[in-house]
Amino acid sequence: MRSKRSTRVVLNLTIVVVGLVYALPLIWMLSTSLKPVEQTMSVPPTLLPTPVLDTPRYAVENYIGSVDAEGNPVTRGVWTDPVVDFPLFLRNSILVAILSVSGMVVSSAIVAYGFARVRWRGRGVVFGVLLATMMIPFPVLMGPLYVLFKELGWIGTFRPLWVPSWFAGAFNVFLLRQFYMTIPREIDEAARIDGCSHWSTFVHVILPLSRPALAVVALLQFIAVWNDFLGPLVFLQRQDQFTLALGLALYQSQGGNVPWNLLMAASVLVLSPVLIVFVITQRTFVEGIATQGLKE
Amino acid sequence: MSGPADAIPGRAVHPAERNEWRAGLLFISPWLVGFVVFLLLPGAMTLFYSLTEYSVLEPPIFAGFENYAGLFRDPVFWKVLRNTLVYTAITVPVSTVVAIAIACLLNSGVRFSAFWRAVVFLPSLVPLVASAMVWMWIFNGELGLLNAALDPVLGVVGAVIGRDVLAPNWLGSPAWIMPALILMSLWSIGNAVVIYLAALQDVPAALYEAAAIDGVRPLGRFRHVTLPMISPVVLFNVIVGLIAAWQVFAVPYVLLGAAGGPDRAGYFYTTYLYDNAFSYTRMGYASAMAWVQLLVILVLTGVTMLLSKRFVYYRGA
Repeated sequence: MRSKRSTRVVLNLTIVVVGLVYALPLIWMLSTSLKPVEQTMSVPPTLLPTPVLDTPRYAVENYIGSVDAEGNPVTRGVWTDPVVDFPLFLRNSILVAILSVSGMVVSSAIVAYGFARVRWRGRGVVFGVLLATMMIPFPVLMGPLYVLFKELGWIGTFRPLWVPSWFAGAFNVFLLRQFYMTIPREIDEAARIDGCSHWSTFVHVILPLSRPALAVVALLQFIAVWNDFLGPLVFLQRQDQFTLALGLALYQSQGGNVPWNLLMAASVLVLSPVLIVFVITQRTFVEGIATQGLKE
Repeated sequence: MSGPADAIPGRAVHPAERNEWRAGLLFISPWLVGFVVFLLLPGAMTLFYSLTEYSVLEPPIFAGFENYAGLFRDPVFWKVLRNTLVYTAITVPVSTVVAIAIACLLNSGVRFSAFWRAVVFLPSLVPLVASAMVWMWIFNGELGLLNAALDPVLGVVGAVIGRDVLAPNWLGSPAWIMPALILMSLWSIGNAVVIYLAALQDVPAALYEAAAIDGVRPLGRFRHVTLPMISPVVLFNVIVGLIAAWQVFAVPYVLLGAAGGPDRAGYFYTTYLYDNAFSYTRMGYASAMAWVQLLVILVLTGVTMLLSKRFVYYRGA
């Protein structure tokens, strides 16, 4: 029993070190975004801006930009940058996210019912095909998808980024089917015997009971769309349609001379919606991820 | 998976069964349509394009297996194949070990484990472009945080061996790009950690107690109880990791620029496929690459599944 106490101290110290290592890049991102440019180049690097009390002023300068008495810009800030229009990119990202997330939740919920609650011949085989499609990577299909969307006249619109979401995602169907199967069959069979159709059983019985699982699907899809880089890179062409992820890359590449404090402020801007969603929904989130491994 | 046909022996199609069949197909129809339009059709198109010379602007010209033969003669193809294989072969095992170690640590009764779990998980949510941005800053040779931390250590090492040891210019030197990308990939393993942690919490405590009574030491308990019990989850994470690592794109693309840095040391399979399809408008060639990529992923997954038969233990099986 003597060693047990020291073991515990070592374990607790180790997790603190590991946690700090994982937190440091994000702390560094935030800290750099709050410094004036000369301080980002100090050797050795400092964690806090100096003087610390000026932090709010630096924050305003980096994130918003500052103007003189006549309203002329004095320092360049991310939000008001004349070259890279972040408010527009934010609007684009939100629009695509809303259309894509709603489509994914609605369509996957419907499809999962067909696999969980309707008995039809061939269901097992078709479900196997659905699971197998999860292995097919997007890069394999992006070339012909581009040609296809071009034929449809969708290149230059947001449609390639959200329309496919309305046709269900294999993983989300899998997740929802697993959840539906935990709902006692007696509940919806009673509804069926009372004369409810499959559709009204789905809408009035299954859906209201599935809110937590639907929330997980919405969260996962939101993160996937918000973070997607390759899709927008392939399908969007005009700069005024860029999403935040693409806009951030553009910000870095234009001229190649963007100071680090502004790059970090722009990164914080792209990250913050994800961060807010994560903090609010942490439990649902982590539990949703955890179920991924429980396949068998 | 028994259909209603079992309930009504002797009759092939009962009206009720036909109704169920129709209802089932109607419910899955969104996926079915999407499967045909966004997967089967483009899949068939890639197969066709891969046999043609196709610039997208002009109609495809049949070229037989010329694109596939061209891959073998293309030094850049071999380069990206090698880079991608090295990246996958290192990141998957290393991140598996690190993720299991962190999950075990979180499961060992440390204080505030829910908080630390959130801290480790969070980086996996950071948009890849944003993480590329912050790591570009950390890896910066002159002003970066990593070298600021390494310099004093290397100074001591240099004093001991009597020779100057300089910190690497990570993203600027071909030899250090791959280590940098691998190091960075370890930052976003939070997903796997959370899945492993859930699996660890699922291992019945009685098994550990029985092993402890039998005098099995902690390391033996890990080897003979924990590992077999979480092995299906390990298999799942390894396969997901393989498929994801083989597709690596956004991080090297943003971190090193479209060309993959000096000597193309960070130029990967998907980047080259993207360039062929969209920068060089060689859609036929890109399509041949796409089929090879699909084949590689199927083979990697298949081999992993076969190997796993010896190591994976399924409860109740």
